[in-house]
Amino acid sequence: MSKKITLIAIITLFALTILYFTGAFNSDAVTAQRFVNLQQGEQAHAGFRRAHAKGICLAGSFESTGELAKYSQAKVFDLGATPFIGRFSIAGNNPTAPDLKAPVRSLAFSITTDDNQEWRVAMNTPPVMAVATPDAFFKQLQALSPDPVTKKRSPEKIKAFFAAHPESAVFNNWKASYKPTSSFATEQYHSINAFYLVDENNEKHAVRWIAKPQLSDENIQPLNNDSADALQLQLKDQVAQAPVKFDMLFSFATAEDDENNPTVLWPQSRKTINAGTLVISSLQAQEGGVCADMNFDPLVLPTGIEPSADPILRARGAAYAESFRRRAKEVLLNN
Amino acid sequence: MKTINKYSASSMLIHWAMALIILSMLFLGLSMVQSLAVWQIEAIALHKSFGILALVLVAIRLINKVVTTSPALPPSVPKAQALAAHLTQVGLYASMILMPISGWLMQSADGRHVSFFGLFTLPSLVSKDIETYAFFREAHGLIAYAFLLFIFMHVSAALYHGLIKQDGVLGSMLPGKHK
Repeated sequence: MSKKITLIAIITLFALTILYFTGAFNSDAVTAQRFVNLQQGEQAHAGFRRAHAKGICLAGSFESTGELAKYSQAKVFDLGATPFIGRFSIAGNNPTAPDLKAPVRSLAFSITTDDNQEWRVAMNTPPVMAVATPDAFFKQLQALSPDPVTKKRSPEKIKAFFAAHPESAVFNNWKASYKPTSSFATEQYHSINAFYLVDENNEKHAVRWIAKPQLSDENIQPLNNDSADALQLQLKDQVAQAPVKFDMLFSFATAEDDENNPTVLWPQSRKTINAGTLVISSLQAQEGGVCADMNFDPLVLPTGIEPSADPILRARGAAYAESFRRRAKEVLLNN
Repeated sequence: MKTINKYSASSMLIHWAMALIILSMLFLGLSMVQSLAVWQIEAIALHKSFGILALVLVAIRLINKVVTTSPALPPSVPKAQALAAHLTQVGLYASMILMPISGWLMQSADGRHVSFFGLFTLPSLVSKDIETYAFFREAHGLIAYAFLLFIFMHVSAALYHGLIKQDGVLGSMLPGKHK
């Protein structure tokens, strides 16, 4: 009899262990799945990204100055040009949202050098995160989400969230002073999280980077404020005239900077190196475009660039993968 | 012909080594696709490295299975149970082979590298394509659940033989002088 009990006990324990790892007892933890559930909202747009659903594909060439080569083994920083594909997008889960209503704009690209090393980059207009951990970021998204019944955001909830997170001050200061530009081509995009450049001696240099536009609103094609696709149409006119360029400026942390905290700005005085210029020479609609099938996971890095220990950065891979998995499955089943 | 009641030492070694790797890999895999923890990146790198190791081990195991003799189930085992044991074994071997290959294929289809502890990188099996990725990503996940089910049946049956029937079936895969 006791042997039967032993048998049942062991088998039950084994079954519970399996269930534990499938996440069956894990309903309170902030997982990649819960994150993407929150991002996609109640009605997911099948086949589209769960965040930054609306965008436009682009292609061009990164013209490296060679000035970063001594800090990183990555071949992309050697003097010369490497083609890339990329995407401009706006925040939100709606692939037909009006361009000018989005609070955040993004520039992503993927660049592969001839040694088969790929660098995927996803940059946003804010220079910092409001919070420093995935859990807090999840709560931020929850606070900012519209109420499922009234479909409206709750100002009290938002206020309470930011009051409970004083580290969001830098972000909120930026937000208060940020004025959206009249073009994707005139925004400044930030890596937000820090990475390490790894040089030939395997020494690590903590960096953040920005894509700084060479154009400004004074010298661009006009924007049609009435169109839902205002930014995309403006960009098409702009690229038809001449390639759109961004300088890739890398700032180096000093011992005073915490590269693992994405909520603080580094002082302007930090050593900054112009790694090269992103030259965007062609555009393509994302439906059927080359960027539609890309997962711009910023943790896909070439030898010579490594992730910092920033918890937000390290959470991005799993969340992007879950979003990519869902839409990839939808694309497969709908075709 | 001499009947044997134990697996060879090589069979036992590879069985228990793979049991350890496979269970660790399945539990790590399930955890890392959900977790947003800082160890995520290192976990994926380990998962890929041990996946290559598991693929090499299953190849060695298949050769070992051909060149060594496996003990038969005792005649006391009912026909239906013997059939279930056989089907579970087929399922286990199929999972052992398909798990690492589907993982390698899904990584290739998303243009990602599979590196063995940073020592070398596997060649890409397919070109980058979202539908190919979707197919092998879903396959990798579904095979994982099937694999866990087969392992659960296998472990339960082995313990049933060892604790209740005491017919030497469990002992055949244990070192030492068990019957």
